[in-house]
Amino acid sequence: MSTAAVVEDIRPLIALLAPWAGMIGIIWAGEKRPNLRELFTFIAASVQAAVVLSLVPIILSGAVVEFHIWQIFSYVPMLLRVDGPGLLFACVASLLWIATTLYAVGYMRGLHEHAQTRFYSFFALSLSATMGVAFSANLLTIYFFYEMLSVSTFPLVTHMQDKEARTGGRTYLGYLLFTSLCLLLPALSWCYVWLDGGHLTMDFIEDVGKVGHFSEATQIVLLLLFTFGFAKAGIMPAHSWLPGAMVAPTPVSALLHAVAVVKVGVFCVYRVYADVFGAEVLANMSGEEWTMVIASATIIISSLVALSQDNLKRRLAFSTIGQLGYIVLGAAIATDRGQGGAVLHIAMHACGKITLFFCAGAIFVATGKKYVSELRGIGRKMPLTMGAFMIGALSVIGLPPLGGFISKWYLALGALDRDAMWVVIVLLISSLLNVFYLLPVAVTAFFRTSETENDPSFKEAPWSCVVPLLLTAGGCFLLFFWSDVLLQMVGLNP
Amino acid sequence: MVEDGSIFSQLLVDRLNYFIYIILLLIGLWAMIAKNNLIKKLIGMSIFQTAIILFYVSIGVKEGATIPIYLPEHDPHGSHLKVDVNGSEKMLPPEVLESSLVPGYSNPLPHVLMLTAIVVGVATLGLALSVCLRIYRGYGTVEEDELLEKLEREDARNTGRPRRRRPRRAPSEKAVATEKLKSGNPRPRQSRTNRKGAKAGSSEGTRNDSTKSVTEKRKTVRKPRKKTSPKPKEDNS
Amino acid sequence: MSDHIVWIVLFPLMGAVACALSGALSKKLCYPISVISMIASVWASVHTMMQAIESPVHEISYILGGWSLDLFPRGVGIEFRADLLGALITLVVTGVGLIVTLYSKVPVQRETPGKEPMYYGLFLLQICGLAGIALTGDAFNLYVLIEVAALTGYGLIALGSNRAAAATFNYVILGTIGASLYLLGVGYLYLKTGTLNMVGIREVIEAQSLYDSPAMQVAFVLVLVGILIKMAFFPFHAWLPNAYCHAPSTTSCLLAPLVTKVMIYVMIRMVLTVFGVEFSFESTLWTEVMPWLVAVAIVCAAVMALAQREIKRMLAYLIVAEVGYMVGGVWIYNYYGLIGSIFHVISDACMTLCLFLGAGIILEKCRTTHFDGLRGLFAKMPLTMIGFFIGGFSIIGLPPTCGFFSKWYLITGGMVSERWEYMVTLMFSTMVMVVLFFRLIERIHLAVDESGKNLGKGHGDLGLTEEQTRFDEAPLTMLVPLLIAASIVMIIGVYNQEVVDQIEVFLRAYNLPTGVSYK
Repeated sequence: MSTAAVVEDIRPLIALLAPWAGMIGIIWAGEKRPNLRELFTFIAASVQAAVVLSLVPIILSGAVVEFHIWQIFSYVPMLLRVDGPGLLFACVASLLWIATTLYAVGYMRGLHEHAQTRFYSFFALSLSATMGVAFSANLLTIYFFYEMLSVSTFPLVTHMQDKEARTGGRTYLGYLLFTSLCLLLPALSWCYVWLDGGHLTMDFIEDVGKVGHFSEATQIVLLLLFTFGFAKAGIMPAHSWLPGAMVAPTPVSALLHAVAVVKVGVFCVYRVYADVFGAEVLANMSGEEWTMVIASATIIISSLVALSQDNLKRRLAFSTIGQLGYIVLGAAIATDRGQGGAVLHIAMHACGKITLFFCAGAIFVATGKKYVSELRGIGRKMPLTMGAFMIGALSVIGLPPLGGFISKWYLALGALDRDAMWVVIVLLISSLLNVFYLLPVAVTAFFRTSETENDPSFKEAPWSCVVPLLLTAGGCFLLFFWSDVLLQMVGLNP
Repeated sequence: MVEDGSIFSQLLVDRLNYFIYIILLLIGLWAMIAKNNLIKKLIGMSIFQTAIILFYVSIGVKEGATIPIYLPEHDPHGSHLKVDVNGSEKMLPPEVLESSLVPGYSNPLPHVLMLTAIVVGVATLGLALSVCLRIYRGYGTVEEDELLEKLEREDARNTGRPRRRRPRRAPSEKAVATEKLKSGNPRPRQSRTNRKGAKAGSSEGTRNDSTKSVTEKRKTVRKPRKKTSPKPKEDNS
Repeated sequence: MSDHIVWIVLFPLMGAVACALSGALSKKLCYPISVISMIASVWASVHTMMQAIESPVHEISYILGGWSLDLFPRGVGIEFRADLLGALITLVVTGVGLIVTLYSKVPVQRETPGKEPMYYGLFLLQICGLAGIALTGDAFNLYVLIEVAALTGYGLIALGSNRAAAATFNYVILGTIGASLYLLGVGYLYLKTGTLNMVGIREVIEAQSLYDSPAMQVAFVLVLVGILIKMAFFPFHAWLPNAYCHAPSTTSCLLAPLVTKVMIYVMIRMVLTVFGVEFSFESTLWTEVMPWLVAVAIVCAAVMALAQREIKRMLAYLIVAEVGYMVGGVWIYNYYGLIGSIFHVISDACMTLCLFLGAGIILEKCRTTHFDGLRGLFAKMPLTMIGFFIGGFSIIGLPPTCGFFSKWYLITGGMVSERWEYMVTLMFSTMVMVVLFFRLIERIHLAVDESGKNLGKGHGDLGLTEEQTRFDEAPLTMLVPLLIAASIVMIIGVYNQEVVDQIEVFLRAYNLPTGVSYK
């Protein structure tokens, strides 16, 4: 990996700064010119997506793109580097930002939400932080952007500014900041201090595997500190912030679950597993199976809890926790195909889950209904929405020809590479559980009963909510058909 | 009783100066802590500082030494003014004494240092006394326990903490009058209503009245509205 | 050319006299005089810093009164020595002083009307004293300047309300005890070594190997306990919350960032320069005991800060906790801990300045700093809130503010010395600070009152009148210094390596364990 050609280019920085420029425009346009304000968001999102996509050919040719921002310590720079997994994540985040903005416009205007300027500004900041995480080249830089994301999503989570928002915000920030300041910062400091020869940069390409110099006990402690320290990855028991953050409006939930926050968490965990520890160190570590067990437990438990949830958004929240467990599991499997499958799952799950969240929000905007038990028969009046829900559900479950199949396939292959048959069984059981808690929602929506046939509150959602969810549903298909490009990006040959 | 080398001999004979200054120090410290009257505390502070001055002076004692001014026989110039061969006058620095003559002179430095320390002590005492005067004018007492009680009540009033349910002891006429005139403090009765929003501990009477509407609680319903004009902000004691 | 070092102290001194005299003419002259003398002082301290960096021995030395070192041994004249540490602290002192002077126009007029000549006179003398403390190289001169700073501080606080005067009394008593203990310690030092010059004392200690001498141990204890009292180290902190909370806002903006930090500088100076590394760290038991006391101090201060319902008192207890950080950074006895401690002195001065400036503006506009009066301030004073919360995030330790970097070095130091009690309390207090500042954000931002009930009509309505949420920013003379302070917090964070390089040059002269094979 360290033999990849390095291209110096300012484009990663532009991708990072485009949302800031957008934010200035958003604040300037303000509440008085909402259309102009929304236009600025779209411009910023498009610029970011264009810049990110323009980097794809370079990465596919095997090079990496670097940009040195600042020498923050004498021994560690703030360095941006674009490689395959990072670029995949960045593409997903920036493209979904466009879709989410389109959806948010419809949602926020449909509900006459307050403080939309603040909403869009902090949304932009969160995306900037996400790009920063995707493009970070060493542990310190990724930590900086991780913290920036925690702080910039707080006003979004507490958007409603009421009692529930207060509780949700406290849970959210409490979990995230506690873990990052008390678990992550010491772990980070330990790595920088105790490695031989003084300070290493903990660079993701150059310093892979140097953690292996530590004793076995130290290594496993560090691994656990990193896994739980990046609480955005939602590994149990550091997962409760996610259901708590459901008090936010649906575009924020979509951002949290699909576009930015949890993906940042698992991406950081993936980076630690793959590029700080490295596959060889992980394979040789004796206690390493415990992380696989923890991830598997997260998957199963959260799927079981999701079965019991009647509130649609909470059900989807626990579903997300399970899906994140897949990614951590893939990273922990420590084989090429397993880790590649993990990064792929970031993209596939993002697309599928955002479709599901868009649908949940569309249902709320159109009918005001939040609970699964109320949704019987709604598909008759909201065929597009529920159709997209079905597609998203199938993608999350992992059936071809949808994207989710590819990533789960590679996760299973990666597990078999390591002769961990039990992981495959876990994957199968959890997919089955996914079926049980996702499909009934979609299927019963299309059943008609005598009570619900003429319910006047059932109607299709506004077009600006429906179009994005159709787009992302289509994206689930596209990801399947373009999977060879994606596989090439994460370094697996299809 | 006082044998050579015993603890008493060491304390009271060999190291008498240390013993005495420590006793004085402790007396001063005790006065600062234990005395109730503020002026007595200041006297204690003064004793504390004087003890230290005594210590310094005592360590500068030299047996058989004279004051640190050149004896005529040691200063060959008599006057430091020298007339040059060309007839021009020149001032010369003092001659450096030979090292054998130095023990005959006592060390001026501890005394010099203590002159400075005395000045510092006097300034501190002066400032502290004027602060006491200010406290007296503002609160009508220089007894620490009464003062603390008054301060506690004032703090509770101004920070909006739940009051303790005890009858307010009306301050003396003179204290009320001086409070009103000099400090601009709201009179105890009137500012009862001011639960939230007063600047904590400040003598300014204005409050953010509009916060009352935000936090309609049991406390503010009780009293009638107080006049909203700002108090004159005179603090000229 | 190298007498710029004296001008740092002389400009405020002359400015103080000019202010006091000009009061007879017009009270409005005091503000411009103060600003001009502070600008001159800042210029002199920048110049001194440049000289100190460029000089081959990395220090500037100036003997007052012309008692040159060639003719007279060390200790005959009073020396002003600006090595890199002293020059940095002086720069911080004068810089903070300038910012507060700029800020002071409106609050001084409102809170102490008619007393401007006295106020500004004391103000400039305070800066003169603090800068002198950072520059002096003579132990007794340090006592004098400590007392100058202290006395002017007492005066500045007592110029406020009656409540402030009552708080000053306690401060006077405790401060005098502290300074007098220091004086006593200097007496023992002089007794044993015969010189008052800081470097001279260490030279004598090393030459005569006085490491086990009881007199020197007593001197060490007396000097350090005196300084600990003056820096409000728990449990000697009792004077600080009342004094800083009830003081006029400009006074607290000046005293809070500077006084305790300069005292920590004095402690570092005593430990490293006067007594020397070998005496302080290896011949006494302080390195074993102090980290535990520091741990208790940090936890208690953080918990007490949680109990406060008023911004300035909360910030005062935060100062006590930060003092704990810095004292701990020194006594864990390693290279990174000292870098962290010194860098934290600089960064804490800036972030405390930011917070107190913000609190002063809130006081000015809302007439209260109680938590209940703060709702809706994000709409009313967005720029002030940005400045205030940059200071708040710096205290929490979020990158890229300077607070993160000082915490980084302190944690590194704690790890290298394996002082887990220090590290655990550092983490705990960081969490407490997160709670403190986000609780403030909640109070300002959310439509929920203390008991958890919703206010307003939902959808973000905070239940306030239109007048309360109208944009009504602070006057420019108050706002611009706050924004300058906030940007300094960010700049020192981003450029932390420049500052740390100078600190490292200073520390390399001392033999400190680094714990790792560093370069």
